[in-house]
Amino acid sequence: MRIACPFCGERENGEFTYLGDASPERPNFAVDGRESPDRVEDAFYDYVYLRDNVAGVMREYWYHGGGCRSWLVAERNTVTHEFISVTAAPGAGAASAVRAGE
Amino acid sequence: MKYSIFSLARAALSGHKGWTRAWRDPAPKSRYDVVIIGGGGHGLATAYFLAHEYGIRNVAVLEKGWIGSGNAGRNTTIIRSNYGLPGNTGFYELSMKLWERMEQDLNYNTMVSQRGIINLYHSDAQRDAFARRGNTMRINGIDAELLNAVQIRKELPFLNYDNARFPIMGGLLQRRAGTARHDAVIWGYARAASEGGVDIIQNCEVTGFVRDANGKVTGVETTRGRIGAGKVGMAVAGSSSRVAAMAGLRLPIESHVLQAFVSEAIKPLIPGVITFGAGHFYVSQSDKGGLVFGGDLDGYNSYAQRGNMPVMEDVCEGGMAIMPMIGRVRMLRQWGGIMDMSMDGSPIIDKSPIDGLYLNAGWCYGGFKATPASGLVFAHLLARDEAHPEAALFRLDRFRRGAMIDEKGQGAQPNLH
Repeated sequence: MRIACPFCGERENGEFTYLGDASPERPNFAVDGRESPDRVEDAFYDYVYLRDNVAGVMREYWYHGGGCRSWLVAERNTVTHEFISVTAAPGAGAASAVRAGE
Repeated sequence: MKYSIFSLARAALSGHKGWTRAWRDPAPKSRYDVVIIGGGGHGLATAYFLAHEYGIRNVAVLEKGWIGSGNAGRNTTIIRSNYGLPGNTGFYELSMKLWERMEQDLNYNTMVSQRGIINLYHSDAQRDAFARRGNTMRINGIDAELLNAVQIRKELPFLNYDNARFPIMGGLLQRRAGTARHDAVIWGYARAASEGGVDIIQNCEVTGFVRDANGKVTGVETTRGRIGAGKVGMAVAGSSSRVAAMAGLRLPIESHVLQAFVSEAIKPLIPGVITFGAGHFYVSQSDKGGLVFGGDLDGYNSYAQRGNMPVMEDVCEGGMAIMPMIGRVRMLRQWGGIMDMSMDGSPIIDKSPIDGLYLNAGWCYGGFKATPASGLVFAHLLARDEAHPEAALFRLDRFRRGAMIDEKGQGAQPNLH
């Protein structure tokens, strides 16, 4: 399996570390105590523990520790290991630098 | 047919022409009291215990391929009960006790071989951790011995004791641990379950659940037609999320690929099972002489049943670190199995939130050694609708309650367990 890093080009996957599914989003509640504790608990249970675990294309985070040290978002097929796209994770260092034209 | 020295002699004298099928191959009936999805070790063991221990004989095991074609044929055959956390300690010891009488119970040679496992330690901290685990085991009546380097050298003189980075300082030994023949376990359970009245239906993939007006599961849709069921038990490790999704259920599970390897056959070298504590590497020698070994997961979600090169390299490095001479041995073959990696590294054996649907999932990569106990406690749950005492902590809601069983202390990160 080879991963086409948008900054370094295609490298073997041993250079990369996997974080997991990129779809869960950290729940964001205002700290004003108005939200019911049950809803907050449900949202965090879902975020921390539950996964779609799809057999097919999933969006996932990879870290290119053996190269440019950027966080990447890859679309990959979990059945065939085929990569559909690899892009810089939004907000990650190198991605913001590219946006700023550096 | 009851297997014995006499049946063997009789068959030998008649040119081995009198052997009969080991299990029946029936067409699916329209309804069963219990339908078990998954004809691997856990599914067949469950059916066996339902029939023989709990008297429920109107049972079907549905397998999408042939029985034992999934993880049952893709493991490294190690059995052991050296666990340290409440929930695990008793459960795996129950399993060990069932392994010890399996051949008598099943009237089948599953080649259970209690040749011991040694977990090597390489630092003071690791020795302390292993001492604590060994003490936990002994308090619970399980055998464990903490050996120092001199004692290890007596048992395993061929290890590399002079590794500057990972010196072998000693190890935790469980003599009752060992290996069993993985395919024979499947065939033995299939035969005994079939004799108990269980229908084993191969090439029968479940494609959906049948639900009544209240949402209760009342059967399954399969490639061989609709089959009604009083209760449906899922034992489809590796595919638990996919099957649960058909019932609209999300699980705290990710699917990952774990590779294992076999070398060419060599003379008897390794007496038992050895694990390298500093990296992740474990090895034993099969009865044919091949070294059977493995290490870490590949680390990313996969349903592909095959792995990638970096982990292959990592596993071989782990082997070389403790046994440099295996660098001379050729690797014969390699395979990958798909594991249910649960969020805390421990299994889930529980009723699902859906009436009539029961879960046996999340075995991570330790499912083989659990086969007999998993079958017993899952059969107990299906028969009595209450958890077996030794599986009372393997609940689905333990994540929500914060009652994780995290043997490795990694937190909710499945690829690290």
